[in-house]
Amino acid sequence: MQRKGTVIDVKRARIAYPYIFVWMPLFIVAPMIFVLYYALFRDGQFTLDFVKQVFSDTTYVPALWNSVWIALVTTVVCLLAGYPVAYILSHMKTRTAALVSMLFILPMWMNMLLRTLAWKILLYDDGIIINVLSWFGINSGQLLYTPGAVLIATIYDFLPFMILPIYTTLMKIDSSHIEAAHDLGANGAQTFMKVVLPQSVPGIISGITMVFVPAMSTFAVSTMLGGKKVLLLGQVIEEKFLANKSFGVGSTLSLVLIVLVILSMVIMRSVDRENGREGGTLW
Amino acid sequence: MKRMTALFLAIIMIACFTQVFTACNSEKTLNLLNWGDYLAPELKDEFKKRTGITIKEKPLTSNEEMMIQLEADDCPYDLCIPSDYAVERMIAEGRLAEIDHANIPNLQYIGERFLNLDFDPGNKYSIPYTWGVLGIIYNKTMVDEADLGSWDILWNEKYSQQIIMYDSIRDTMAAALRYCGYDINTENPDELKEAADALIAQRPLVKAYLTDDVKDSMIQGSGALALVYSGDAVWCTDPDEGNTDLGFFIPEEGSNIYFDNIVIPVNSSKKEMAEQFINFLLDPEIASINTEYVGYSSPNTAVLDLLDEWFVNNAAYNIPEEDTVNCVIFRDLGDKINLYNNEWDRIFK
Repeated sequence: MQRKGTVIDVKRARIAYPYIFVWMPLFIVAPMIFVLYYALFRDGQFTLDFVKQVFSDTTYVPALWNSVWIALVTTVVCLLAGYPVAYILSHMKTRTAALVSMLFILPMWMNMLLRTLAWKILLYDDGIIINVLSWFGINSGQLLYTPGAVLIATIYDFLPFMILPIYTTLMKIDSSHIEAAHDLGANGAQTFMKVVLPQSVPGIISGITMVFVPAMSTFAVSTMLGGKKVLLLGQVIEEKFLANKSFGVGSTLSLVLIVLVILSMVIMRSVDRENGREGGTLW
Repeated sequence: MKRMTALFLAIIMIACFTQVFTACNSEKTLNLLNWGDYLAPELKDEFKKRTGITIKEKPLTSNEEMMIQLEADDCPYDLCIPSDYAVERMIAEGRLAEIDHANIPNLQYIGERFLNLDFDPGNKYSIPYTWGVLGIIYNKTMVDEADLGSWDILWNEKYSQQIIMYDSIRDTMAAALRYCGYDINTENPDELKEAADALIAQRPLVKAYLTDDVKDSMIQGSGALALVYSGDAVWCTDPDEGNTDLGFFIPEEGSNIYFDNIVIPVNSSKKEMAEQFINFLLDPEIASINTEYVGYSSPNTAVLDLLDEWFVNNAAYNIPEEDTVNCVIFRDLGDKINLYNNEWDRIFK
């Protein structure tokens, strides 16, 4: 039985061949090679001019810093808000939990640009949010075209990506572990800190990865809601390609972003692996 | 068997892509590279009814993007509507086909002052489609009438956080260059630096740097002043869709006057069909339908008689010739554009 199962798996894996041999080279590997080529070559000649241009002064540092800062804050807020939600979800009856998580997933079926556009309407100068705040005597001032607007919409966009992986790992925790902890005299807080939280780390890690990495390279939200008062690296790259036609600088900046993304993935991975070993010694 | 399936799937996938890339090349279709909302949709139906030719539009947002699309010739375009300096560049790069004026009798309707311009003497490669002037749109309820007239209103601290700038390098630089008293086509680094410094000083007063959203923001009344092209101002002051509190003026120091022009890329295989479409667009009746939709000033002299009176009286549509005497066309700067790009990066640092 066992062997038969693996044979079927191998055969099934072949369905992925078009993806591996056509899709990935065409749409992942080839564009990466283009980016590398544009960053390091000018008219077929190897050059470090673009790299020098990007790193010679501080022109692009603020945009890079903004991107990292927005991504960090988004990740932290999503984690702080998402973990309790996932925890509550995991304690609901399966049917209620399915319904509630559906409510989180539902907006994701809509195009992200459309949802961002909706935020713009909410944040307008005489929009709903400002009006509601003024009923309570709060003068919020301008909301649209501020860093806050970009942050709110980014957090909103990425929150489900934090909740769902954490929810999945929390669901997988064997309830007998929790019962055992109680039997051994641990109170609620201790059980959570020593049993539930460590076991949900893989979910947290994948949540952080799924929020931090795309949030760092986002540009559509800040283009629509930032009014260029907050400039992100993604926007600079877009401008370099579309407005300035300087593919070299744009590609070099893309490389910087790719390196940052890979770096953050490596850090996440190592944290994950370390935790796995610790987890192993726990039992 | 499974290998066959995999191969089959791969073939289907490749077939899909080639389909995407070749679909644009069918016989009775003209591919038009255009700005968004820049052709009355009913005219496409009308043209199809008259000639059987389908017009397929691809919308873009900048001349630079247009040039990139023309270079990427996986799908040849038959028509394109670039601005003056882009036409100049495209002619220099040999990307445009010469237009046979014999096929375009309606050229007679184009006004004298819109023909034979510097970027294309004799209109060998381009036919003017619309024109306009970069100016300032203002909200009459928020702006003091006495402050109007000059570019310096965009640096007036009275309107702090109510000024909307245009997120477009040459247009915003043009405003700053005229404010500082320089030519909008300057290649002098010191002058550019001074203009960029003026824009940096202006930053705290600016509410946002926008592109298409400028119009919406002004209509909603969330800005007092904005840098816009006259055509957008026409649209904003429309009594049905716009806001009648808005007014438009061209600063006395002068500004940029622009022309968008219809051209035929050299690698189009349907030049005659394309010329047929150009002639169709220049027909006074068709041109007036198009103008009422697009809102940008038409170089077609016969159109003014057919248009609604509202257009004729609108300061942003019917711009008198004397208001444009100080206005200059953007020249293609070639590689010197990098001087502008670098200053631009500095502004948003």
